[in-house]
Amino acid sequence: MNLAASRTDQAADHFLPTPYRVVAAKREIRDIVTLDMVPVSGEMPEFLPGQFNMLYVFGVGEVAISISGDPADKSRMIHTVRDVGAVSDAIAALGPGATLGLRGPYGTAWPVADAEGNDVVIVAGGLGLAPLRPAIYRVLANRERYGRVAILYGAREPADILFRHELETWRKQLDINVEVTVDHADQTWHGSVGVVPPLIARAGFDPENTVAMVCGPEVMMRFSAVALGDAGVPFERIHLSMERNMKCAIGLCGHCQFGPDFICKDGAVMSYDRLAGKLTIREL
Amino acid sequence: METLERILMDHPFFAGFGKEFGELVTGCARNHVFEAGKYLFHEGDAADEFYLIRHGKVALEILPPGQRPVVIGTVREGEIVGASWLVPPYRWMFDARAMELTRAIGIDAACLRTKCEADPKLGYEMMKRFLPVLVQRLQSARLQLLDVYGRRAG
Amino acid sequence: MPPAIGTKAIIDRDGLQALLDALGGAGYRVLGPTLKAGAIIYDEIAKVADLPAGWTDRQEAATYRVERRDDSALFGYTVGPQSWRRFLQKPQETVFKARRDGDGFAVLPLAAENNRFAFIGARSCEIHAIEIQDRVFLGDFPDAGYRARRADNFIVAVNCGEAGGTCFCVSMQTGPKASSGFDLALTELLDETRHDFLVEVGSEKGGTMLEKLAPRPAGNADIAAAEAISAGTAAEMGRKLETTGLKDLLQGNLNHPRWDEVAARCLTCANCTMVCPTCFCSTVEDHSDLSGETAERVRRWDSCFTLDFSYIHGGSVRQETRGRYRQWMTHKLANWIDQFDVSGCVGCGRCITWCPVGIDITEEAAAIRAADQRGVQKRAGE
Repeated sequence: MNLAASRTDQAADHFLPTPYRVVAAKREIRDIVTLDMVPVSGEMPEFLPGQFNMLYVFGVGEVAISISGDPADKSRMIHTVRDVGAVSDAIAALGPGATLGLRGPYGTAWPVADAEGNDVVIVAGGLGLAPLRPAIYRVLANRERYGRVAILYGAREPADILFRHELETWRKQLDINVEVTVDHADQTWHGSVGVVPPLIARAGFDPENTVAMVCGPEVMMRFSAVALGDAGVPFERIHLSMERNMKCAIGLCGHCQFGPDFICKDGAVMSYDRLAGKLTIREL
Repeated sequence: METLERILMDHPFFAGFGKEFGELVTGCARNHVFEAGKYLFHEGDAADEFYLIRHGKVALEILPPGQRPVVIGTVREGEIVGASWLVPPYRWMFDARAMELTRAIGIDAACLRTKCEADPKLGYEMMKRFLPVLVQRLQSARLQLLDVYGRRAG
Repeated sequence: MPPAIGTKAIIDRDGLQALLDALGGAGYRVLGPTLKAGAIIYDEIAKVADLPAGWTDRQEAATYRVERRDDSALFGYTVGPQSWRRFLQKPQETVFKARRDGDGFAVLPLAAENNRFAFIGARSCEIHAIEIQDRVFLGDFPDAGYRARRADNFIVAVNCGEAGGTCFCVSMQTGPKASSGFDLALTELLDETRHDFLVEVGSEKGGTMLEKLAPRPAGNADIAAAEAISAGTAAEMGRKLETTGLKDLLQGNLNHPRWDEVAARCLTCANCTMVCPTCFCSTVEDHSDLSGETAERVRRWDSCFTLDFSYIHGGSVRQETRGRYRQWMTHKLANWIDQFDVSGCVGCGRCITWCPVGIDITEEAAAIRAADQRGVQKRAGE
């Protein structure tokens, strides 16, 4: 049996997926599933918070999914996937024991090390909390290295709040400020209703010594970045996780270009000073 | 009255308000306490008062027939509820429900409108404070309308 | 000692045949210009007679025609619709095959191919294009297939004897004379008294090969004749592109009204990207057989002009022609420089020739330059 695609081979040919086995599958909410997976053979590669893998379903296709697990946990690779197309649909349907292919990790990282000594504002919307979760884990595991920490999260409605149990746990930590809001709700919801940007002005951080990390639908990120800038956070300290069509993840297929940047190599995490002028250019 | 004036001027909405205007506005003001679940007003009611929230949280709701009420916004302490008092026909366009025990200062709309007519400088100071709130709420409403977290067709 | 790099010599048509024979004998797949279906296309050649002797091309915006020359020049045309890209970045290639294996799958090795190409008649612009693609495909994450196909090439350049109607290599500083990137470079010397080639050695491999071709030394008159040909070609370029500050100009004019204007003409047919020698975009398709037991991933050329190119869940980022044309042109002339430290355009003119509506990248750039919107304050209603 020729298991040709070991990590060494991937190093030689970045187009070859490495087989991974699903060891756990958990439905988070509605159409979102979290999969834990381990390499069929060989070591799991190290990854940085904010990076992504290309996940391949045999015969179906490949899609870029951010890693949503703890970088300190070397035992498994964790992805949180929303079923939005043929490939993600197939991935979300995988159960324990199923195999998929993995290429990666690719992309740039959340600046969790650079943020030490600063206040940290994490701004997430919808599924955007998943690519930020590795950064949150890292910050909370080294809490004493950071100033004030705020996690601001927006979802469509209460049933769509992702990682709700973890948000509640984080909020219970006395030194984390967790604010959750929804676009609309019914009367059983006792929290905020409204969008994320207005939460930023109230979050309580020192704008001159803050690093902000933002992830969610692009419109939500755009306005959140504006709100952070209006609050006085310098553009180069506001980081967004951008998303574009990806086919290769290694800067060769051309699909993920956003202006001169390749989201796969120069992103996905990019600083707002590089993005500000471009986010409002129609169809860039 | 003096205590009420101090409470009013301490509210973030009136930051930077001139002392002479503070007295004028206080003359139209009174205290309110709303228990959890009580409605401040209902859609269609005469908008004869607007509220500065001191403590608590208020849900802005709209009830589509045959459905449960939908909360389309929440207002917390330090913020204000109500702009319909500014615009004829002075009727509320949504319901406002106290989500928890809420203390508010109500400002009589007719009283304040009369004083603003008499003193345009007062009127302008009020407008300068209302407009940013309305603009932010309009922008938030637009973002809510986009349903950014929703599934897209196709 | 084989002739050193820079050595110049003369070979005749028999010498050229000897070159083709030697390359074929050495196991190269010998490719060169041929006349097929009314166009000059690169294909396998074995004989000098396979070359389009006595043919030339007439190119203008949206126009390509081959015509008879009144001489028998072997290389008396410029570039056809394809480039060497067709061989180096294959239009379609299998990336991997995989076979089901219990709950999992195994990735299978692919068959080896003969990747030793000899390119006969590569123009200077095309050599620059190959080197540009090298930067793309042999960067941080090298493309193994491309690397294998580039590992052992023998490049015989030809210095153009005339400029094409849409050529602007002079503006892009990519020609007309090949200055590097070749093993041998030929300049065709043809008049009533002679028909032979000035050969210049460009590499050790080239020098070793030259020895096999019975060359005679080049005289000063030969060298001067070749230089005059290149100078003459340089003087008759069909187009000109002003490149000073072009990157900042285009990146600073993303909302220029010219984009709307060109969008009204562009059909998003993607011809320009198919003929361009530096375009590199690709897409992948995953197939499995009917039994679901084996799967295959195929990579093929793609174009930023397709609607699907920028698709992310729910819709495409570039839905309008305006956004797609702007993407292609700003990538080619501006963003490419940020990405690869060189312009993406080599001035070959193919995109102008093969655009069915004759859109001219040099004209579009000039129009934007003539009405630079940077620093222009917009007033209400504008």
